[in-house]
Amino acid sequence: MKVLVTVKRVPDPYAKISPNADGTDIAREGLTMAVNPFDEIALEEAIRLKEAGKATEIVAVSIGGAESQEQLRTALAMGADRAILVQTEEPLDPPSIARLLAAIVQREQPQLILMGKQAIDMDDNQVGQMLAAILNLPQATFASKITIEDSTATVERETDNGIETIRVPLPAVITADLRLNEPRYVALTGIVRARTKPLETLTPADLGITPKARVRLKKVEKPPARQAGKRVADVKELVRLLKEEARVI
Amino acid sequence: MKNISLRGGEFLLREVEPSQVFTPEDFTSEDQAIAQAAEDFVRGEVQTRNAEIEKQAEGVTVGLLKKAGELGLLSGDLPEAYGGLNLSKTTSTLLAEKMSLQASFAVSWGAHVGIGTLPILFFGTPEQKQKYLPKLATGEMIAAFSLSEANCGSDPLSARTKATLSPDGKYYLLNGEKMWTTNAGWADLFIVFAKVDGEKFTAFIVERNFPGVSVGREEHKLGIKGSSTRRVILENAQVPVENVLHEIGKGHHVAFGVLNIGRFKLAAATLGGAKEALTIATRYAKDRQQFGQPIANFGLIRQKLAEMAIQIYALESTVYRTAGMLDEVFHGIDATAPDANAQYREADEEYPVECAILKVFGSEVLDFVADETMQIHGGFGYTEEFPAAQIYRDSRINRIFEGTNEINRLLMLDQLMRRALKGKLPGLMEKIQALRAELNQPQMPTPDPADPLEAIGRYVVNAKKAVLITAGMAAEQVGTELEEKQEIVGHLADCLIQLYAMESVWLRTRKLQQKGLDITIPLAMARVFAYDAFDKIEASARRAIHSFAEGDMLQILLTALKRYTRRTAEVNTMALRRQIAEYVTQHERAWSAAGK
Repeated sequence: MKVLVTVKRVPDPYAKISPNADGTDIAREGLTMAVNPFDEIALEEAIRLKEAGKATEIVAVSIGGAESQEQLRTALAMGADRAILVQTEEPLDPPSIARLLAAIVQREQPQLILMGKQAIDMDDNQVGQMLAAILNLPQATFASKITIEDSTATVERETDNGIETIRVPLPAVITADLRLNEPRYVALTGIVRARTKPLETLTPADLGITPKARVRLKKVEKPPARQAGKRVADVKELVRLLKEEARVI
Repeated sequence: MKNISLRGGEFLLREVEPSQVFTPEDFTSEDQAIAQAAEDFVRGEVQTRNAEIEKQAEGVTVGLLKKAGELGLLSGDLPEAYGGLNLSKTTSTLLAEKMSLQASFAVSWGAHVGIGTLPILFFGTPEQKQKYLPKLATGEMIAAFSLSEANCGSDPLSARTKATLSPDGKYYLLNGEKMWTTNAGWADLFIVFAKVDGEKFTAFIVERNFPGVSVGREEHKLGIKGSSTRRVILENAQVPVENVLHEIGKGHHVAFGVLNIGRFKLAAATLGGAKEALTIATRYAKDRQQFGQPIANFGLIRQKLAEMAIQIYALESTVYRTAGMLDEVFHGIDATAPDANAQYREADEEYPVECAILKVFGSEVLDFVADETMQIHGGFGYTEEFPAAQIYRDSRINRIFEGTNEINRLLMLDQLMRRALKGKLPGLMEKIQALRAELNQPQMPTPDPADPLEAIGRYVVNAKKAVLITAGMAAEQVGTELEEKQEIVGHLADCLIQLYAMESVWLRTRKLQQKGLDITIPLAMARVFAYDAFDKIEASARRAIHSFAEGDMLQILLTALKRYTRRTAEVNTMALRRQIAEYVTQHERAWSAAGK
């Protein structure tokens, strides 16, 4: 079974983020970047499937600038067998990413597409669902447990109402939630081995697609600074302020 | 002899191009990935278990060492032929820095991969290497180094531990007691030094399971409590003759050989520790409110944060420059070649002066940073509720082990003199003579260059002259007695340390500029560092001169010193430090081009 795993380059979850000078983006200079943590969980799951003898090949795919190669190398160091970068500097929205991924899936024909449920930079949580829709594949989102048997996947999903268990035939799109697994540490031996693993670079044109984002990022700004607390004279005033100023009651 | 850009000790004589030095900004993305992997492991597995490590909870540290082995974190310096990753010296230095974010574990790790493992790599037979190195690379065996004894610390050749050949000629029987063996509690293998027939100082590979080998109780230490430090007791310990390491009577090669790299790696570890402490101190200073605002707003606290960052920048520049030099001499050694050991030795013996400088500088920077971290924490820092107390305790050992800083100061000059006598510093005498001639020429003082980095470049050139003339005249005036006059040697060593660091800072900052990177903060740090380092060099040189020169000679040398240390550029160190402190408080860490 071939597994395709998405790997998005995002700011390190522990990095301090601030808007850039003209508010068009976050300040990226000197910002530490990392593999999207949810994608890392998806990759870990793929590696475990391979270690259990269920998966035979893991292909990591990323869409973005040339620097996304760093995150693909990390994926190769963790245990992916080869990597594909769809290189583009265009700002993309979820539908255009899903279309590019769909073209990669058609090219690679994996039996399983594992992705993070969302990327921690934009928090869209849309690409997995859109990809399944474009390809007309079954989807299982927010997976906290995956069991593969023959050509079906049994997936436990985390929902607000509790754990939902569903079964989907393969090929399918499964998106990983936080509690699916705990990703392994990258081994130095893996990093050294990753040097010789194949990393293919394609352009959207190679896939016959001209991505055009319909969603545009208009402005990035800091949340307003928290106001200092104020002292109220009595309960009556408190209730009035909650009603009129805070407007929470 | 390899063609290298700068031979050991030559920094004193020659000018170097920025393009010839390695800086942290030269690391590749693979190097960064290796650093990240090490840091993730230490933050995720080691720092989180600090309390257990410090209590020496059963199996914790040894378990972490073995886990590190599984991830390849023990095998950076080993060649591929013996299960290693064969990382470059620059990359393995970065690895050492990142492995040092918890001091006790850093010491356990460092003793294993450094003085525990390297003696076998540098001096072992092919059979010994094949037998032990792959197991040390994975952590299947943990190594330790046993040199000191109760009455023999700084003078290891006075060891009393004896080795006697057994009547059947198959074993050496070792008798004696070794002190201060790091990792003794969990090591499987010890590099032990003993005198064959009470005379010939020799190294042995001693397995813990050999009959007659045992260890004492844990020492109750001031700091690095989570590292194991015990005596190794040898009572007719049976060591097979094939476990003699290197030649009989040549144990000093082994002992001193690995100490060069050991000292250098210690500096890399102090760098990791100092950066971590600065982050902790900065967060506290931002958090702690007094007079209605964070103490990080106050000038004297900002000054501390800035100075910590400046010293860290200088140490980092010095560590990685030296790593690059070590890389040049170690690069391309074929571990399986018949003369591999000779090549390792030649490489290892190139930079004892620089390694000693790094050891002293690194340990003193870390102690300074630890002390200021404590001070910024105020009363709370003195309690165990905050990490400052542990940082303060853990730091102190670095000035003591791997050769006390006093021994290392003596060693710097001793090694420089030896290299000069062996003709390894060509041009030294001519240079000193030329300087003497220059002194007789009247010289019109010229103002410093307007460009601040140009000005620092000139300070470096002049500081070299000041140090050379002082050291040269000290050697001439005091001659063979210089060894007896350790105080003078100490002052000269202080000059060397500041000079090497100042030059490394200048080279790195210039290289950053040439790369087109934003040097606002590095330049501010370089300016303050160079200003203060030059003051220190001047003060130490003056103390040295007053200690050996009299009459006319004293006046000539003081005039020379004045000429070379003259500075005219405006340097508002308060404003520069405030700028640096602003960066540190905003980013909560030392300066870095890479953003981490």
